[in-house]
Amino acid sequence: MSAPNAVEVAGPDDAPAQPLAEIPATRHRRHRRNRRNLRDRLRRDWPLLLMVVPAFLLVLVFHYVPTLGNVVAFQDYNPFAGDSPLEAFLYSEWIGFGNFEALFKDPSFWDSLRNTLAILVFQLVFYFPLPIVLALLLHSVLSPRLRSFIQSVVYLPHFFSWVLVVSFFQLMLGGAGLLAQVVRDAGYTPPDIMTNPDAFIVLVTSQAVWKDAGWGMIIFLAALAAIDPTLYEAAAADGAGRWRRLWHITLPGLRSVIILLLILRLGDALNVGFEQFILQRDAVGRQAAEVLDTYVYYRGVVVQQYGIGAAAGLFKAAVGLVLILAANKIAHRFGEQGIYQKS
Amino acid sequence: MTVVAPRRTSRRPVWAEKPSVLGQLGKGTILTLVTAAVLVPLWVVLVTSLSSAETINEAGGYVIVPREFDPSAYVVIFSGGLIGRAVWISTLITFIGTAISLTLTVLAAYGLSRSNSVAHRPLLFYFLLTFLIYPGMIPSYLVVTGLGLKNNLLALTLPTAIQAFNLVVLRAFFMNIPAELLDSARIDGAGEFRILTRIVLPLSKAVVAVIGLFYAVGYWNAFFNAILYIDRNDLQPLQRLLQGYILLGQAPPNVGGGAVVHIPGIGYSAPPSLAIKMAVVIVTVIPALIVYPFIQRHFTKGVIIGAVKG
Repeated sequence: MSAPNAVEVAGPDDAPAQPLAEIPATRHRRHRRNRRNLRDRLRRDWPLLLMVVPAFLLVLVFHYVPTLGNVVAFQDYNPFAGDSPLEAFLYSEWIGFGNFEALFKDPSFWDSLRNTLAILVFQLVFYFPLPIVLALLLHSVLSPRLRSFIQSVVYLPHFFSWVLVVSFFQLMLGGAGLLAQVVRDAGYTPPDIMTNPDAFIVLVTSQAVWKDAGWGMIIFLAALAAIDPTLYEAAAADGAGRWRRLWHITLPGLRSVIILLLILRLGDALNVGFEQFILQRDAVGRQAAEVLDTYVYYRGVVVQQYGIGAAAGLFKAAVGLVLILAANKIAHRFGEQGIYQKS
Repeated sequence: MTVVAPRRTSRRPVWAEKPSVLGQLGKGTILTLVTAAVLVPLWVVLVTSLSSAETINEAGGYVIVPREFDPSAYVVIFSGGLIGRAVWISTLITFIGTAISLTLTVLAAYGLSRSNSVAHRPLLFYFLLTFLIYPGMIPSYLVVTGLGLKNNLLALTLPTAIQAFNLVVLRAFFMNIPAELLDSARIDGAGEFRILTRIVLPLSKAVVAVIGLFYAVGYWNAFFNAILYIDRNDLQPLQRLLQGYILLGQAPPNVGGGAVVHIPGIGYSAPPSLAIKMAVVIVTVIPALIVYPFIQRHFTKGVIIGAVKG
């Protein structure tokens, strides 16, 4: 970012200094000079700024305005108070924390929070390590062609939509699916997989694994490739077997990546996947399949209790923030970088 | 991101132990199972979608071993009706959305790529902050509907048009283009826009392609926004039909009541409902399959190189 802009410095715009020498007060001079500089730089850079404008506006309208719109969480938002939602917002009544009170009294909200956290913990234990294991396994495959073939196959489902992923599970494991067909042909009763609330947490985790474990593996493969091979050679010369090399060289080599991804996962924790759950909520039942996101959707959009929905969304964002900050703190305690540096 | 290990040969290093038979066997089994978990469903769905009613009846449902080639299900899909319409809607969203996203992202990334331009730092922060702040479903819903975009295909494109991550990757790539190149163009009298289209874009084709494909996959897979903003049946994207047919168990149209299709060389036949469902699945998969090798190929060239240098 430093050197290659020499031309700008020597450019015609940066030649002033002569008229400014007459002005006595230094503070005043600097001020004048900055303003002049800014005008010149604006004259030079306006095409660049113009290019940013459309993206700027889109982000403003569809990101920052809704972010501010979270204040409906403190309103008794009535969609019929005005002609448009925005007008309705202006005419709706402010009720302070009333929505949050209603939210915390709603048992189905606590169900959704419990489900979300349970799924998060389950996935951290059973899903998170899988890409690492997969990467280690694949890394140990010696034939490059075989390796790249397997790699291509396993990260293909990452590009499928959740509808497609859940559909595939339905087609393979559902009541009318391939597995049921095979089991029935063999004369047994097919198991109830797609609609069993007790096994739902396993089901959604395996869907997540099927969709994204291969994709998650990539970053670990990159980290593995970056480990200096001479370390292995030296360790082998010192008599370390393959498991000791794995423990003392490979895993430490992956440590910072693992911790980084763990933090990111925690920060994203409460977004366990809206589509995945909304798609299966009816088949499995609300008790097991309601997560915070689907709660927000049903409360806010379907039943149109916008205030309560927004309050639940805000609560979710707050918990997510606390989780990511806590995770980062823990990472620092372990002497890792985390996502941002300790100042 | 294909990861290419530096100069790895297919031989085991001399100092490493010989793999045990049991270990090899276990590794082979696991990797085969992992690959099969992806390939088998795809295969079964593909074969069933291309099977005739008799084959499907004989197999008792899904067909695993292909018996014949019967494209009638696809003829039904593409001969119009609700499914054909959904395919068209999804294609439209994908193309328009990708065009909007790519244009705006490239422009913004270039606009922010000069390291001493006015206000580029606060502007970049403005975009980066969208990583950390999630506006929330309800306010977003109120804003989009408040703008009158309910049942408008723009509701499926505009709110997700700018992904800050893509902007950052592109900007990092643009910043790596040698400044001398841009300066010489400027001396020759080229304006910023001309520099972007004539010099910067041709140099970054690969990375722009990858980002475009990412946007395209995102739009093709768009489902959540369709639930929120699209009620009208004739505007439903393909993903919504898939949900209806596979997950909600609705029967696809054109089945039963006289929907007989003429297939040249095969004759008249009514494609079975199962084959049509599977064909919808395959049509939904195909764009990802087409796009995928390109993403893979360009990844090494584009993103990795950009990331490593940046």
